[in-house]
Amino acid sequence: MTAVAGRPGVRVGPFSWVFRPRLVLVPLLAAALLVLVMALNIRLGDFPMSVGDVLRTLVGGGDPTEQYIVFDLRLPRSLTGLLVGAAFGLAGAITQAISRNPLASPDILGVTPGASAGAVGVVVLAGSYGGVAGLASTIGLPLAALAGGLIAALLVYVLAWRRGVDSYRLVLVGIGVEALMMNLTYWLLTLGDVTEAGRAMVWITGSLNGRGWGDLVPVAVALAVLVPVALIGGHVLGALQFDDDTVRNLGARVEPARAVLILVAVVLAAVATSAAGPVYFVALATPQIALRLSGTAQPPLVASAVLGAALVSVSDLIARVGFGGIELPVGVVTSVLGAPYLMFLIIRRRREVRA
Amino acid sequence: MSTARLRAESLRLGYGETLVVDGLDLDVVGGTVTAVIGPNGCGKSTLLRAMGRLLTPRGGHVLLDGKRIDKTPTREVAKVLGVLPQTPQAPEGLTVADLVARGRHPHQSWYRQWSSDDEQAVAEALAMTGMSEFAERTLDQLSGGQRQRAWISMALAQGTELLLLDEPTTYLDLAHQVDVLDLVHRLHSELGRTVVMVLHDLNLAARYADRLVALRDGRVVAQGEPGEVLTESLLREVFDLEAKVIADPVAGTPLVVPVGSRHRTS
Repeated sequence: MTAVAGRPGVRVGPFSWVFRPRLVLVPLLAAALLVLVMALNIRLGDFPMSVGDVLRTLVGGGDPTEQYIVFDLRLPRSLTGLLVGAAFGLAGAITQAISRNPLASPDILGVTPGASAGAVGVVVLAGSYGGVAGLASTIGLPLAALAGGLIAALLVYVLAWRRGVDSYRLVLVGIGVEALMMNLTYWLLTLGDVTEAGRAMVWITGSLNGRGWGDLVPVAVALAVLVPVALIGGHVLGALQFDDDTVRNLGARVEPARAVLILVAVVLAAVATSAAGPVYFVALATPQIALRLSGTAQPPLVASAVLGAALVSVSDLIARVGFGGIELPVGVVTSVLGAPYLMFLIIRRRREVRA
Repeated sequence: MSTARLRAESLRLGYGETLVVDGLDLDVVGGTVTAVIGPNGCGKSTLLRAMGRLLTPRGGHVLLDGKRIDKTPTREVAKVLGVLPQTPQAPEGLTVADLVARGRHPHQSWYRQWSSDDEQAVAEALAMTGMSEFAERTLDQLSGGQRQRAWISMALAQGTELLLLDEPTTYLDLAHQVDVLDLVHRLHSELGRTVVMVLHDLNLAARYADRLVALRDGRVVAQGEPGEVLTESLLREVFDLEAKVIADPVAGTPLVVPVGSRHRTS
């Protein structure tokens, strides 16, 4: 049998895949970085601990105080960062792969701002009339964010639809919906009282401060359900990278496949937003970083998720130690890192191979 | 006419408000090369897209081996019928091998993404188009002719008995046009594939096709062997073109020599 250059195979019984070393190596290295940064992050706080202490406590050692500090106070925050980053990274990779446009991501397309508007609505309105607590904050906030994200996504899709969705028009309409959702959020802020509005303001920049196990659960559940869906759908995603005629010719059912994957991306982005606020640019930048590191033509899903987690964790560490005694919200750091990158993308004309 | 592998029955096709094809019947016989010719905007590409179930008809049906193509699972169709659109698009960083391997999509699933059969089919498709040595190049590193051959390789890797090619020679210089059509000829003669292609060059269409289908305003004006179809009166009727038709000195097929106003003698 003749081999095809550049595509060695891994075959076990009926299973077969292309073996791409960089698609294994990049997530592994990113995961190693992630563990290191999380350990450094957990070390920080009023009660000083060494990285060794942290790692020892994590695997079951340490005294009760250390256990309490690590497991009840600091680990939830770091894990929330990890899960939120992974969700944004994966959501961005799916969106960019489907739209074949590096500018398309849940933040640019209005999904993340829509989820913010939904969540701020709950914080501000429920806050003024009885306080967000218990059930309202663990279930209500993610649901409101999800509803906001879905409405924004639906709005973009309907407005951009002209017998198919052109990816350039998709981004333009998305930017419009993004502005709409942002202003809706600001309007909602004016309705709440000052303390609620102040709290919501920190939240809408994207913050991991004070995150506990309760914030983490919805993201963990969403990832547990949707990562397998995305990975199985990832095979279809490979066919969706072409123009619609070519995709149809390959026997892929374009619209249903696209709808399911878009829904996965929207839910991931919305739930992540409800946990930590819209941590901007993670969903935009991570898939392209993953793509370049892996040397693939389409954003790789696993690498994007792990790199997203690493990017949020690194940004959170910078936000906590980089500015003297002041702890910034993580979203400030990702925005500062991401904004120049967005400009670079816009300046660089989108090129696409046409036969 | 039980040998028709692909058949159009009173097809009505259009985009938005405009109707491009209104009531067209066509039979594509197995093991033949058919070229669809006609002036710009006559509905050639629209017809090809409908025959390849890329466009849903407003009325009428397309039958693949006697069964309605829109009632057959699209994946099953994709194993028998391959379509190469006029301007296919792919991400810039895609390698030739990865592009061609995507042609195997109808034969794959999420857990079976690169079987020995897939690899064999891709290797053969690359060899047939002379693209093996460019397997690891990305599409943006290729010339127009190489890129077109890469896309044709993808269609070949799909392993379908029927191939619909929409202007496979566009943007190519004459030498590369001949290369592509020689390849089509080999597909037909060596592998027994059935090919339907839209072509603009009438002389090449006459040389490489067994059958010509001449369209004007969404209607079939004439069809049959090139010698019967390509006549001076048909050129006038279909293209509004004054031309002499002589015998091609190489192949003996019709050769169209347009008159044009500069040399018109009245």
